[in-house]
Amino acid sequence: MNSQTSFATPLLDPEQPCPSGLTTWNHSDPAVRYGVYRNNVVVSLIDALADTYPVVQQLVGEVFFRAMAKVFALVNPPLSAVMAYYGQGFANFIASFEPAASVPYLSDVARLEMARVLAYHAADVPPLANATLQQALTDAHQLMHLRIGLHPSVQVLASPYAVVSLWTVHQSDAALAAVNPDVPQSVLVFRHALEVNTLKLAPGAVIFIHMLLSGQPLMAAANQAILQDSAFDLSSTLALLLRWQLITHLTMGEKNHEHAH
Amino acid sequence: MLANSSEASTMSSNGLKPAAPDLGSVTASLPKRAGVGLKPEHFQEILANRLDIGFFEIHAENYMVPGGPFHHYLTRICERYPLSIHGVGLSIGVDAPLNVQHLNALQTLLQRYQPHAFSEHLAWSSHGGTFLNDLLPLPYNTTTLQRVCDHIDQVQSHLGRRMLLENPATYVEFLASTWDEGAYLTEVVRRTGCGLLLDVNNVHVSSVNHGRDAHATIRSMPLSQVGEIHLAGFAQQLDANGDQLLIDSHGAPVAQAVWDLYAFTLKLTGPKPTLLERDNDIPAWPVLLAEASVAQRQLMTLCEAGQPHISAVTVEVTE
Repeated sequence: MNSQTSFATPLLDPEQPCPSGLTTWNHSDPAVRYGVYRNNVVVSLIDALADTYPVVQQLVGEVFFRAMAKVFALVNPPLSAVMAYYGQGFANFIASFEPAASVPYLSDVARLEMARVLAYHAADVPPLANATLQQALTDAHQLMHLRIGLHPSVQVLASPYAVVSLWTVHQSDAALAAVNPDVPQSVLVFRHALEVNTLKLAPGAVIFIHMLLSGQPLMAAANQAILQDSAFDLSSTLALLLRWQLITHLTMGEKNHEHAH
Repeated sequence: MLANSSEASTMSSNGLKPAAPDLGSVTASLPKRAGVGLKPEHFQEILANRLDIGFFEIHAENYMVPGGPFHHYLTRICERYPLSIHGVGLSIGVDAPLNVQHLNALQTLLQRYQPHAFSEHLAWSSHGGTFLNDLLPLPYNTTTLQRVCDHIDQVQSHLGRRMLLENPATYVEFLASTWDEGAYLTEVVRRTGCGLLLDVNNVHVSSVNHGRDAHATIRSMPLSQVGEIHLAGFAQQLDANGDQLLIDSHGAPVAQAVWDLYAFTLKLTGPKPTLLERDNDIPAWPVLLAEASVAQRQLMTLCEAGQPHISAVTVEVTE
């Protein structure tokens, strides 16, 4: 085992002893000093998760959150130095974390919080000119095969729980007791200008946007949405996407015939 | 108008000489003034108030994201102030090849913002594909020296510019070390042509932690190649013997001992771009500003005194 392996391994494994080969000027036990590195690593990872998941932390309390985050971090350390995206597996981890089972909506709230981080840092892509868009939408022949490209910040989430209400109530001092968590909610997350928005949408709208994000043509996406939500309204959903300037490109048919911005 | 223009002309009218003939390429544009670490909490206040700050410094990795507010604000702040980009994740001391993907991301960032300085640490922070998010120490011996120099050569040629290397704050030493830190850094600088980012707080922290004399440590550094100075606060605890163990926390105001060591350092190096680092328990903007102004006053005093700097070699001869 080389020296950096023997130094690195105990940082994420509390069972491992302090590595050999260390020395101190006053002949004090190097384990205490090595403990500073152990602490720095683990605390910095927990802090990074706390930055990304403030509402999850509020829902379970700081002590529980930090204990849960520590269990996650020791097994799932970052794979990149870009810490903004650290903890993308945290929602799945929470879903299978036994002690959090009494808060069944916790993992979906985590999913929403990570979606907001991704939206915050997503690429800047200008919206398509309204004229281009309206022309394409009024041409019935083109409409069948039209594919709509959305802003890179756009994400959707369908939850059996009231994730938007739970998240929103934690943005102020509003009373959590007022929220019934057992109400399914569908969410659209995106960035408009410099602000990340979290909107509660009808289930069909979220299915439609999800289909667009997975590359389906407009009509196929609309059909799928109606199939799953008979109340789905195509024109109001398109109007929403237009209003927030989330349509960034159009493609016709199988081949790429991209309209310029 | 750049916030530093009046200050730059003041200094040149005082006839201050550059610290070393070959240092010009590093510090030509980062002003010899006090700068502040840029935090998202302060973006709007900085743009709204057009404050007189020498420069801003960012952590490179925080801006390795595709778009959004970070780039929006940094672009605007960059139009008004000189910028220093400080990497914390390149892992120059790693006993494995450098992460080329990370180097490419750095290159993209440097090309976008054309910073006045780029720096990294004498430390490692990744191992076997895992990023450990801390600056870990390495033994100072000929094996690690060669590896560090090879990595710095690679970084400088990949990025097409000279980098500054920062001395670390450490809590343990290695039986495998055969060089002292100053001599090691001097040799790295000599072999690679990189500059030194002299973290005065790290010198204080490491000196206390390893029972060394901080002034002697400063004098042992390659002072003629200092491109920037860092100042920060530390936390305190005790080691297993009950002796003081200082932690480089960046979460407190600069301690008086570090201000004193800074003044001592400036007398040896002459005025240098000086960054106030604060990454934890970040105070309100006016509090940070007040701390930066203490550093600025020390730099100004030195400038007004017209004090010629003393080279490291001269100091060693005269003492």
